[in-house]
Amino acid sequence: MSATGVGASVRRKEDLRFITGRGQYTDDINRHGQAYAYFLRSPHAHAEINRLDTAKAAKMPGVLAIYTGDDIAADKIGGLICGWMIHSKDGSPMKAGAHPALAQGKVRYVGDHVAVIIAETLAEARDASEMIKVDYKVLPAVVDMNDAVKQGAPVIHDVSGNNTVYNWHLGDKAATDAAFAKAKHITKLDLVNNRLVPNPMEPRAAVGDYEPGTESFTLYTTSQNPHVARLVLSAFIGIAAENKLRVIAPDVGGGFGSKIFIYAEETVCVWAAKKVGRPVKWTSDRSEAFLSDAHGRDHLTHAELALDEKGKTIGLRVHTKANLGAYLSTFSSSVPTYLYAPLLSGQYDIPAIYAEVDGVYTNTAPVDAYRGAGRPEATFVVERLIEIAARETHTDPAQFRLKNFIRSFPHQTPVIMAYDVGNYQASLEKALEMSDYRNIGKRKAASAREGKLRGIGISAYIEACGIAPSAAVGSLGAGVGLWESAEVRVNPIGTVEVLTGSHSHGQGHETTFAQLVSDRLGIPIDNVSIVHGDTDKVQMGMGTYGSRSGAVGMSAIFKALDKVIAKGKKVAAYCLEASAEDIDFKDGKFSVKGTDKDIDFGSVALQAYIAHKFNGQDLEPGLKEGAFWDPTNFTFPAGVHICEVEIDPETGVTRIDRWTAVDDFGRVINPMIVEGQVHGGIGQGVGQALCEGAYYDKSGQLITASFNDYCMPRADDLPSYNVGMTQTPCPSNPLGIKGCGEAGAIAAPPAVINAITDAVGHENVAMPATPLAVWRAAQNAVARKAAE
Amino acid sequence: MYQFTYHRVDSARKASNLAEKNEDAKFLAGGMTLLPTMKQRLASPSALIDLNSASEKLAGIEVKGRNIHIGAMTRHYDVANSKDVQEAIPALADLAGMIGDPAVRHRGTIGGSVANNDPAADYPSALLALNATIHTNKRKITADEFFTGLFETALEPGELITKIVFPVPSKAAYMKFPNPASRYAMVGVFVAKKGKDVRVTVTGAGSSGVFRAGKFEAALTAKFHVKSLEGISATAEGLNSDIHADAAYRAHLIGVMARRAVNKANGK
Repeated sequence: MSATGVGASVRRKEDLRFITGRGQYTDDINRHGQAYAYFLRSPHAHAEINRLDTAKAAKMPGVLAIYTGDDIAADKIGGLICGWMIHSKDGSPMKAGAHPALAQGKVRYVGDHVAVIIAETLAEARDASEMIKVDYKVLPAVVDMNDAVKQGAPVIHDVSGNNTVYNWHLGDKAATDAAFAKAKHITKLDLVNNRLVPNPMEPRAAVGDYEPGTESFTLYTTSQNPHVARLVLSAFIGIAAENKLRVIAPDVGGGFGSKIFIYAEETVCVWAAKKVGRPVKWTSDRSEAFLSDAHGRDHLTHAELALDEKGKTIGLRVHTKANLGAYLSTFSSSVPTYLYAPLLSGQYDIPAIYAEVDGVYTNTAPVDAYRGAGRPEATFVVERLIEIAARETHTDPAQFRLKNFIRSFPHQTPVIMAYDVGNYQASLEKALEMSDYRNIGKRKAASAREGKLRGIGISAYIEACGIAPSAAVGSLGAGVGLWESAEVRVNPIGTVEVLTGSHSHGQGHETTFAQLVSDRLGIPIDNVSIVHGDTDKVQMGMGTYGSRSGAVGMSAIFKALDKVIAKGKKVAAYCLEASAEDIDFKDGKFSVKGTDKDIDFGSVALQAYIAHKFNGQDLEPGLKEGAFWDPTNFTFPAGVHICEVEIDPETGVTRIDRWTAVDDFGRVINPMIVEGQVHGGIGQGVGQALCEGAYYDKSGQLITASFNDYCMPRADDLPSYNVGMTQTPCPSNPLGIKGCGEAGAIAAPPAVINAITDAVGHENVAMPATPLAVWRAAQNAVARKAAE
Repeated sequence: MYQFTYHRVDSARKASNLAEKNEDAKFLAGGMTLLPTMKQRLASPSALIDLNSASEKLAGIEVKGRNIHIGAMTRHYDVANSKDVQEAIPALADLAGMIGDPAVRHRGTIGGSVANNDPAADYPSALLALNATIHTNKRKITADEFFTGLFETALEPGELITKIVFPVPSKAAYMKFPNPASRYAMVGVFVAKKGKDVRVTVTGAGSSGVFRAGKFEAALTAKFHVKSLEGISATAEGLNSDIHADAAYRAHLIGVMARRAVNKANGK
């Protein structure tokens, strides 16, 4: 292994600019003559707009234009779309209500877009917004999913009289019912998967620009997938033809899913740029981000697990209500369905599974993918059930898992997924060893002597990443393919640019991708640059989400490198006067088999371009190759996290004392970056488990609309992590990579709650397990002990 | 932020003169509450009177006999790190070190915090427990009379805090249970003993701001020991309820924090 090759913990190349404040984020981009947009947002969760009077506001200083839904409609600008069709169990298509970029007659959540004010300065735009008179007819709002589906509930979209988007299901109901009928033990559980606000460090932003000379638009925006943004803005919303619309996603400061989607604000900025004849900038402030970024999770679930007399899992049934908010966001329909239920088998051999999911409209912000997207929700259901089933049957939770793990691969689950490879017991055994599971009893006793409660919780998670085979997702309703593209451009002196359809917004692609190239071409890592995030530079690509950039994005680069090497061999053959079949390529040198004749990669690149050594009719000059990689299967990262907590029963404060993570990500390119992803993921998962929760009051006002009330995890809430790896290389891509970006956020929540429930001695602790919630649970435990 | 007129002054007298001429003017000390509120357009003073150039006269810590004088413009960081405060009233230095984050502590001032009287601020509990006196450009006000309600004080329009005088107690401690999200005090309890006088004050919990916990004071006056608090609990009536803590939990935490504070004050 070279110091900068595959497997080396190379320091991140991009960090020089990030930590010295030299990054170029969307808000750093200023176009000549730029104006500023401010969005007037609905203060009501549900209201009809009787009248909207902008006359006085339009006369305010600095105001260039004010646009409303009428203007959008007059220009025939289409609404925002949901790109994944889900069918209900009766075969009917999901009920997608219209989603105009600016409200047309009705607002459906607090923060919904009523009008945009474009002015010389942001302050002037905001001043003018206060002069717009909106006559609302306030309607009753509904924020609770159970209330929303009741007869007589306020109707949010006319297309769905009962506020239900779909009643979807997956699995074999009859087989599952039969399994339950013969079960010796049934574990039942009601749980809430709490609603989260994504909160990337950089809020969303957009700069729309229009060049009349070429009749073309440019949109700079905080996107995880600029090509998909262009596709949607062009083909569905109708801003401009693709060749007249350039989308640039420059440095992006975190996404966690929330920047996958195509929102109203960037749509309006790019559309308005032409109308006002000025570049238009919008940068979300944190308050707007709370109100209008797509939120995550928000499930209500009833789940049951059936065991036979030996404690073997024989059936699982799950009924989930998923809150999709007031409108269907770009991929929202798929998150609680195909990204959720197919993972309900977890790491376990469960022969019969049946899941029902009701997608529900409420008067809240749209809900869509957030780090893990469906898979954390599935893991939470499975790992809480498994833990409780073990406790109810008086079996050690680790032994219970070992007994029920899938042991042979490939394994077809009853819910779509074909797990290709894994070794679940190896991860569990390693995690038990690293966490000193054996001696937990002694540590519990030591805590008890100090008046503290100690608990340990296991989470054996699995996720489906590397999304995904295009044909497979197409058959499930996806509106796009999920391949990835790459182009490797070798310059005449042998330096390399890689143009990737993946997008880096914190993942470190500029380093890991360059490691792969450096390794395979045998050239210094500094000779490799990674280009991404610009639809004018990079060929069509699909972007970054679902832990796919390694498994899918790098596989495309790998394939393109194969082609570069193959072409290089042909050039080298001419230079070395040998046959191309006799050329070997290793460590940056092309050599003739069995001889000492060789030529280095840089010289071959130069020869490819000067084209003196060969006839251009026999071999094309140049050294540049592209590839599209469509995976053959999902990848299945899996692992075991063990959380150990100590609780102060007097205050309810939970302190995470130890964290052990053993993950199987397949082959690892940069262990340091992978470990960083694990740390960050756990941080977000602990945030969900202990602190974070978005709450609306009954009228639909977001109570947790700032960091004053929305509790983000801080460094001192988190422990030092003990991270280990096991490895079963993924067979479905040439690098053996499975993906690591979401694992921590998927694994962590049940590990924390299993540990807390172990400590307090009963199961009724919901997320977020705040000091208040844990104190109550601990009080109940004390009371119950006293009663015994 | 709306437009406002900005004034910079180098003395309390000039500040006060300007304030009397501008009814909607606000004094700007550290600005840790005022500026974010203005940015969110929740406050729109017609003028800001910036006291930061008057820091030379309005900031500083002095020991005078059995009292510590802290100038209104003294930053939390300076109180936390003052040798004099650490020696005489370590509980006060501890408290200052628990306010906000390092940026806030380097910018925020004791005068600003006290004048704002945020119901979840830390300082009001210390002033009330230590029986401090608030000096203004017009008069002296005891802490008992100063804190009059939620974000309300005895300060009159144009009246400016110049310093706060703390009598040195024989024992004192502050225990803070921070709100998990904001890290303001969800319940903060300051206990102080000076001679026979014992005070127990609570911040963060009361629906009308900082208050004295009479039952706790009476019990500890008999004997300043944690055992005196056995069986004593706060009542939930009049306490805040929100998503982070309901009134019953806050009442419970008052007891826990009070016991921990007494133990700490007693060196345990």
